[in-house]
Amino acid sequence: MSTIVERVKTLFGPEMAGPGLAFLAVVLTFGIASPQFLSVATFGSVAFQLPELGLLTLAMLLPILTGGLNLAITFTANIAGLTLAWVLQANGGVDAGPGAFVLGSVLALLVGAASGVIMGLVIAFTRAHPILVSLSMMIFLRGLGEFLTRGGDVSGFPAFLGPLGHGSLLGVPIPLIVFIACVFAWNLLLSRSKLGFNTYMIGSNLDATRYSGINTRKVIVLVYARSGAMCAIAGIIMLARFNSVRIGHGESYLLITVLACFLGGVNPFGGFGRVIPVFVALVVLQLLSSGLNLVGANQHLATAVWGLLLAGVMVLRFVATKFKISFVRKET
Amino acid sequence: MFMHQLATAGGSEKPLLSLRDINMTFGGVRALKNVSFDVRPGEVHCLAGENGCGKSTLIKIITGVYRPADGASIEYDGETYSHMSPVTAQDRGIQVIWQDLALFPEMSVAENIAFQTVLGRWPKLVDYGRMRQIAKDALARLGVTLDVDLPLKEYAIAQRQIVAIARALVGEARLVFMDEPTASLTQSETDHLLDIVRGLSASGVAVVFVSHRLAEVLEISSRITVLRDGALVGVYPASGMTQSRITELMTGKTFDQRVRAKSRDDQPIVLEVKGLSRPGQFEDVSLTVRRGETLGITGLLGAGRTELALTLFGMLKPTSGTIALEGRQVRFSSNRDAIRAGVAYLSEDRLSLGLIQPQSIADNLVISSLDKILAGGLLSDERKGGLVGRWIADLGVKIGLQQDAISTLSGGNQQRVAIAKWLATDPKLLILDAPTVGVDVGARAGIFDIVARLAESGLAIILISDEVPEVYFNADRVLHMAQGRIVGSYDPRASSLAEIEGAVYA
Repeated sequence: MSTIVERVKTLFGPEMAGPGLAFLAVVLTFGIASPQFLSVATFGSVAFQLPELGLLTLAMLLPILTGGLNLAITFTANIAGLTLAWVLQANGGVDAGPGAFVLGSVLALLVGAASGVIMGLVIAFTRAHPILVSLSMMIFLRGLGEFLTRGGDVSGFPAFLGPLGHGSLLGVPIPLIVFIACVFAWNLLLSRSKLGFNTYMIGSNLDATRYSGINTRKVIVLVYARSGAMCAIAGIIMLARFNSVRIGHGESYLLITVLACFLGGVNPFGGFGRVIPVFVALVVLQLLSSGLNLVGANQHLATAVWGLLLAGVMVLRFVATKFKISFVRKET
Repeated sequence: MFMHQLATAGGSEKPLLSLRDINMTFGGVRALKNVSFDVRPGEVHCLAGENGCGKSTLIKIITGVYRPADGASIEYDGETYSHMSPVTAQDRGIQVIWQDLALFPEMSVAENIAFQTVLGRWPKLVDYGRMRQIAKDALARLGVTLDVDLPLKEYAIAQRQIVAIARALVGEARLVFMDEPTASLTQSETDHLLDIVRGLSASGVAVVFVSHRLAEVLEISSRITVLRDGALVGVYPASGMTQSRITELMTGKTFDQRVRAKSRDDQPIVLEVKGLSRPGQFEDVSLTVRRGETLGITGLLGAGRTELALTLFGMLKPTSGTIALEGRQVRFSSNRDAIRAGVAYLSEDRLSLGLIQPQSIADNLVISSLDKILAGGLLSDERKGGLVGRWIADLGVKIGLQQDAISTLSGGNQQRVAIAKWLATDPKLLILDAPTVGVDVGARAGIFDIVARLAESGLAIILISDEVPEVYFNADRVLHMAQGRIVGSYDPRASSLAEIEGAVYA
């Protein structure tokens, strides 16, 4: 019995409380407010909107766990998307074959990873602040992308890419399948691999981790490389969804990904945070905006409500810890 | 008995500070139990006790950092408080010089001394002229001249100590606490500091002195308050007191420590270091450690002990000299090479370098031997639990859950986990750098019992400590390091503790 409780605890962790409660609150509120909320349509729209933001949030999660940040995620995603777009165009555009897509995707992943490797190297060796390093990369990639596309869209892709953005497999949207596969991969990476273990340790205390015989520089470079590669996956999905690539696509997602991590119980200073609670937090954010949409609220208002929700969760978390402390004090 | 000693200790002079019924509890542990304490105007009073006996807690209550349990009374200069606040304490002339000094190395001497008095005045502009004048006056009172415009980092630790005292005096101090002020000073620097303390006392400032060096405690103070396990043992006049008597009072037991040294000359050499140098840190160091041998290295802070250890551990590179492990010369490019070769290093700074405080006991224990808990390329919770469980049992660590944060453990238990973390890497050579820092008296003996057992099992051990008795009683040989060089080598069976202490603290 106690082992089951412990297993559940280790699987979800204390980070689950915040997003779990928010999930229940959102489902209950809108379920009562609007009869159409608890319907297949709502969950369908969530399922299609979730992956883009979700993949970018996964890309943001790893650097945050090391106590860093990757502000270049959206531009890395689009530069990777552009890489794929150019490979497709060079191979006939609308008539390009699956071979060109595979080649382009591999190159896109390499470009994304390269962006991460460069940031990782600079952060690991100069110990410059990750915000500054990734901000530089963000500005560099935006400038480069605007220069190469002259600020416009790149479009005209083969028809077989359509399903990757809009199609379903056995009723499940394909982007969602890709996203869930990535969630599982990240969960395995963080909870079972040496790299994941070291990621948490570095986030809590880099020097103590180095003194323990961990190659902290290598870990940081690998973490940012994986973050960049995840951006590339997001870039490929966005390409398929919009049927075009533009360097500024999804720019507004940047800070939402940071907030989604915090809503999912990730420690803003690094060292603590799990994938599954972050996944639930993302679902909550999407349900919230779909729900508001359903009751007729303006889309911009939905964004504002996201902000309120996140601020509310922070306050609640503070109050909860405060109460816990005073409770323990009284007990002793 | 307590009242009697108060009476004999010095007339009926009214105390400047008088504490009654001080109780303090941290997370279920009673740090102070009904403690009383008083200080007379202008006296030098020593607060004695082993680590963890409640000295710092008491100081923090007097200076308003902590609030004692209800029922406490703090009488200071004619007024009674139920608790102090930091602002009241400072306004009323209570100052503390912490062991780490709490100074700003990048700022000038003048800024360090005078910023508290100059800041917060109206108009809200910094008057550098006034600042420099205040600093010069304060230093002059101590009979010291320093360049007040120089950044503090240009000065050595002894001068920084004086700057910290000068800062305390600026606030028109009437009661100054000094926490281990001589820990990193040489004998002549210590003598100078003691002169300054005498001067303060003569000018009417009461000084409460906290120090491990019992000789200087007896030399400087007029009365000694002894605490043990958070309770008051008694207040004693310094005259007629001896070092061994204070030790007995502090530990509550007559000292029966015996020298554990044995000859290991018949054992094979594990580590052989020849002419190792890193200019500015240590020079021409040669030493050997044999299987099962514990080599003690002692010396003042800054003698180059930790730098030497970090070089043996591959985290610093020597400019010349050789290191050989079991007869094979090694050249480490990182501590990963050293760990692979069988060298382990327990850091002197457990809080920020030795353990990852927010993370769990289990994760801290396995971090250096992750390869041992892999199953099919992935970390196995089952193997991790097994490994951690075995070491926890083997070293007698008292824990709740393996998943609890390591910071929830006491110093002694944390240190056991840190030792276990290194033992899990199967080392041949274990370097213990100040392994009893922040560990209670009772737990220290337990740590050294573990060290003795490990040596008996064949591990080569280097034990570094600035507390000479620790290496004297627990090592087979003792090296004395000063200014980066090995200047003495002793056999505890042939030398007395006083002889080595005399050399080290000279």
